[in-house]
Amino acid sequence: MSYIIAEDLVKHYGAGDVTVPAVRSISFEVQEGEFVAIMGESGSGKSTLLSMMGALNTPTSGTLITDDIDIYTLTQNQRADFRREFLGFIFQSFQLVTYLTLAENVMLPLVTVNARKREKQEMAHEALARVGLEGLEKRLPNQISGGEQERVAIARAIVNEPPILLADEPTGNLDSKTSADVMGFLYKLNAEGMTIVMVTHSYEAARNARRILQISDGLLTDEEIIHHDAPSAESSDASPAVDNA
Amino acid sequence: MTLKDIAFLNLRRRKAKSAFLLAGLLIGVTTVVALMSLVGAMTNDINDKLERFGANILVVPKTENLSLTYGGLSLGGVSFEMEEINQSDLIKVGSIRNAANVAAMGPVVLGIIEVSDSKVLMAGVDFTASKILKPWWRTNGRQPKVDEVLLGSEAANKLGLGIGESLFSNGRVLKVSGINESTGSQDDQLVFAQLATAQTMLGKEGKVSMVEIAALCKDCPIEEMVRQISGAIPGAKVMGIQQVVKSRMETLSHFQKLSFGVSAVVILVGSLVVLVTMMGSVRERTREIGIFRAIGYRRGHIVRIVLLEAGIISALAGILGYLTGTGATKLFIPLFTDSAHVQVPFDPVMAGAALVLSILLGLLASIYPALLAANMDPNEALRSL
Repeated sequence: MSYIIAEDLVKHYGAGDVTVPAVRSISFEVQEGEFVAIMGESGSGKSTLLSMMGALNTPTSGTLITDDIDIYTLTQNQRADFRREFLGFIFQSFQLVTYLTLAENVMLPLVTVNARKREKQEMAHEALARVGLEGLEKRLPNQISGGEQERVAIARAIVNEPPILLADEPTGNLDSKTSADVMGFLYKLNAEGMTIVMVTHSYEAARNARRILQISDGLLTDEEIIHHDAPSAESSDASPAVDNA
Repeated sequence: MTLKDIAFLNLRRRKAKSAFLLAGLLIGVTTVVALMSLVGAMTNDINDKLERFGANILVVPKTENLSLTYGGLSLGGVSFEMEEINQSDLIKVGSIRNAANVAAMGPVVLGIIEVSDSKVLMAGVDFTASKILKPWWRTNGRQPKVDEVLLGSEAANKLGLGIGESLFSNGRVLKVSGINESTGSQDDQLVFAQLATAQTMLGKEGKVSMVEIAALCKDCPIEEMVRQISGAIPGAKVMGIQQVVKSRMETLSHFQKLSFGVSAVVILVGSLVVLVTMMGSVRERTREIGIFRAIGYRRGHIVRIVLLEAGIISALAGILGYLTGTGATKLFIPLFTDSAHVQVPFDPVMAGAALVLSILLGLLASIYPALLAANMDPNEALRSL
């Protein structure tokens, strides 16, 4: 059975006669451990779709089931618990909290988790080390580069080891070299078993996924399967070789 | 890291905003503490002055048609031919509920003696109590011992006696140990002797004509004490010097009302400052709050972060507000009283009240911003990207 099932999802913004359809009717499924990219023009509804998958945006109609949980039948607090337990978010523009150090930013998802302080610190340091930022724990976000900030955002998203990672334009503000590094890291996470759903404008970035969903005007218009060659041990952090199906 | 750490770190990083919030609360708490401690200090000062003023309760034998003016105040009456109060009954005053509020009790026996063919009023008093009851006395010489007398200034003039000289009365020789300077009261015309000496000379052993009581201090319920003493000595008439007490109460009451009014306005303004600052802070942090919600923080967690920030600042404002408030009182008290030695001591009750008031004020004014933050749509954070 599929891990994420979106069934006839519709989202209209506004009320009464003045409503703007962001997502008209979209159905798709994501398998556990899959890496799916959602592509589309600005205003196509891809970010709305991602926010609905993130239990942040109640659809006007339709259902979203993740790990057999019908998300939008949950209460607000249950949805918060669901997000904490199941989801890691990578936001566009990094969205780090400016007054917290990198380690503190990474620890944010752990604040509401019942664990010892030292344990949380170790988890944060480990996550930062995974993205290659060991030694920078005490710096503030404005003291590191954009690429490093993106890595911190990734570390924050994976620190509590969620099964699903939702990424909104993770390479939108990065140069091509840094983008390749970030995508290589997401590929690696996926290879380790994490389910990833990524929204992007960039086809280069989307090619790192196993499947690309094309959205236009709130509707799913196309689906593309990407076949990857297994990356070598030396190049595990880099983007994989790709054959389009 | 905990929610408390997030609140602390936010306050530390946003120093200007935190300082503004602190200032708003600090001004409010300082003003309230300053006004309240000023009222307290003035109350103590007035009480101190009233205590120095002397007796404020008089105990006289019950009678029907006597009156006497005392210090310009209507006090009831004393008759020299009437029944006296038994001195032994005075012990009962020590057992009334407010006995601790009795600063001094001075029994007085009055009677007429003849000195060189002149009739003079003799008063037998307890000179130890007189120090409190008659603080305005300025005595040249010393207080009398057995078979000695202290003369009022007018009595000394009329009798033509000086310190060290003796007078003869009722077959006894009494040496003048001291003479009071003029007080402008009836005391100037009296011959004072020790209570026991006067009782013997007047043939009133174990009797007293009246009793003066000083019970002026903070929280002394004069009317209640009058009632208690009346109950303890049923054969006596007990009177409070109402004019003094009422005047004191009215003065303090007016100032207290003014203080409460000003405090209420300042507290209202302080609350608005907190409300507006916290609202601004929450709106400024829309994105941050959205991120917190997106990564799994419940609404309650957001409320706790906002209230923790307000609570930390409020507690700090409470402590600093008490210190600056009492400091301001010490600074400005000379403008309100001519006493040079007015004390503004550490008052743990007021310190606690300032802390509680500040925290309550900060939290109550932050509830709406906290709820606003908690109810913020987390999707806004993503949509704003």
